[in-house]
Amino acid sequence: MITILDTLTILAVSAGTLFFIAGTVGLLRFPDVLTRLHALTKVDNLGLGLVVLGLLPHASGLLGALKLVSVWLLALISGAIVTQLIARAIR
Amino acid sequence: MTIPFAFDIGTAMLLIAVGGWMMVAQGTMVAVIIFVVYGLLMAIAWVRLSAVDVALTEAAIGSGITGMLLLSAAARLRQTEVTSTLPSFPIRLLSGVLCAAITSGLAVVVLLPADVAPTLAPMAMANLPETGLGNPVAGVLFAFRALDTLLEKVVLLLALLGVWSLAPDRLWGGVPALDSYAPPNDILVFFAQVLPPFGIVFAIYMTWTGASNPGGAFQGGTVLAVMWLLVMMAGVVRAPPISCLRLRWLLVAGPVLFLMVGLAGFALAAGFLAYPAGYAKPLIVVVEIGLALSIGATLGLLAAGPPERNHQP
Amino acid sequence: MNSATLFGLCSAALVGLGLFGLIVRPEPLRKILAFNLLGSGVFLFFGVVARRGAAAGLGADPVPQALVITGIVVSFSATALAVALVLRLRKLTDEVTSGLGAASKAQEDGDHS
Repeated sequence: MITILDTLTILAVSAGTLFFIAGTVGLLRFPDVLTRLHALTKVDNLGLGLVVLGLLPHASGLLGALKLVSVWLLALISGAIVTQLIARAIR
Repeated sequence: MTIPFAFDIGTAMLLIAVGGWMMVAQGTMVAVIIFVVYGLLMAIAWVRLSAVDVALTEAAIGSGITGMLLLSAAARLRQTEVTSTLPSFPIRLLSGVLCAAITSGLAVVVLLPADVAPTLAPMAMANLPETGLGNPVAGVLFAFRALDTLLEKVVLLLALLGVWSLAPDRLWGGVPALDSYAPPNDILVFFAQVLPPFGIVFAIYMTWTGASNPGGAFQGGTVLAVMWLLVMMAGVVRAPPISCLRLRWLLVAGPVLFLMVGLAGFALAAGFLAYPAGYAKPLIVVVEIGLALSIGATLGLLAAGPPERNHQP
Repeated sequence: MNSATLFGLCSAALVGLGLFGLIVRPEPLRKILAFNLLGSGVFLFFGVVARRGAAAGLGADPVPQALVITGIVVSFSATALAVALVLRLRKLTDEVTSGLGAASKAQEDGDHS
């Protein structure tokens, strides 16, 4: 039996995967470094965020949920900073 | 065919494709970047083989810090890259055939397994309660095969001595140059101020939880090493001269602590590296904490390379 | 065919690829990369042995896993030493082959005799 929470998981993780696919296609197809970085940040921010959101109902308690969210936050911070570093290096 | 098995087929094919690409790619820098990708894929393969401890080690050491070391080396060698030619076609063909033969031999070994798969898992699980640990891999590393782990620390220190000894005489006791990794840069400085608090907490958690869950001193120590390298690269903290006495004590603290606990086993328990009954878990956790600190310092200095300028106090 | 066998075949292919690179690629850093590829193929083989030895409620035999963890760390120290050797060797050959200013550099270094 599929509950509302399961539906949320399926929808959010599928949407996240869609961002991963779109970001990967962008990474392969975009012409220069800046646009490729743009594609990559969508994967990090939205794709991973949606996957984490979808997995939250299935986390083992509050601690597990916090771990999942902190994974996303750390990926956000490092993604943003590495993007800046790469963009500066090519300027 | 189930979905997980299809996923495994995809992972295995990607591993082979990426490994092959790494061998034929033009340009050393490109090959090193492929190596980092390969290491992360390999970590996924380890999770699929139910070896989460190994997956963490592979991601942290095999891909992360090795990738960083090789990236810096590739960047340094790029300025003076000489175009070297591949061996002639017959030699390439011959070595290809020989390597294919070795692969086929290994494949036959894989496809014709022993009737009863050899395993020490029941023995490890039967004796695990005596150590008080919950993670069987930690049990093997620190109780059943503790000598391997101790000697591995000695190997790390010997490798560091080897790296240091490549410095010219006049630079002995100097400071490793980390400038080759990245020029000072305000965003990097910001990163080096924001990330280390999280990283250090994570390293402590990883070391602590290693006793009962996947994790441990190796993975925690690697995270510590990377945090240290980050603050040194950004110029937030100055790299220490290798003649610094405190640094040298830090390097040997973990192995010496391990050795002392091992020697105490002669007096208090069954012999070398045996733990007195009931005290195994606390002793192992203390040793792991010491080792994590020493591993962090050793791995960081190994990645930093030999000293390249004199120490100016 | 199960996952363990699949990754076993994968490890055989990786060992072959790594060995091929080690023989064929002339650049020292590429040889180090190939050596690491060869090593990770061997580690993966151990992982397959561990997976097949799953028993006593564990997903995999812990002893080969511990050996692989030790192996990865030792392989890193070997890589670090090899990279330091390559960089030093390149520095010395550059000094010798550059000719121009080699004498003054030799005086400055005074250590590679």
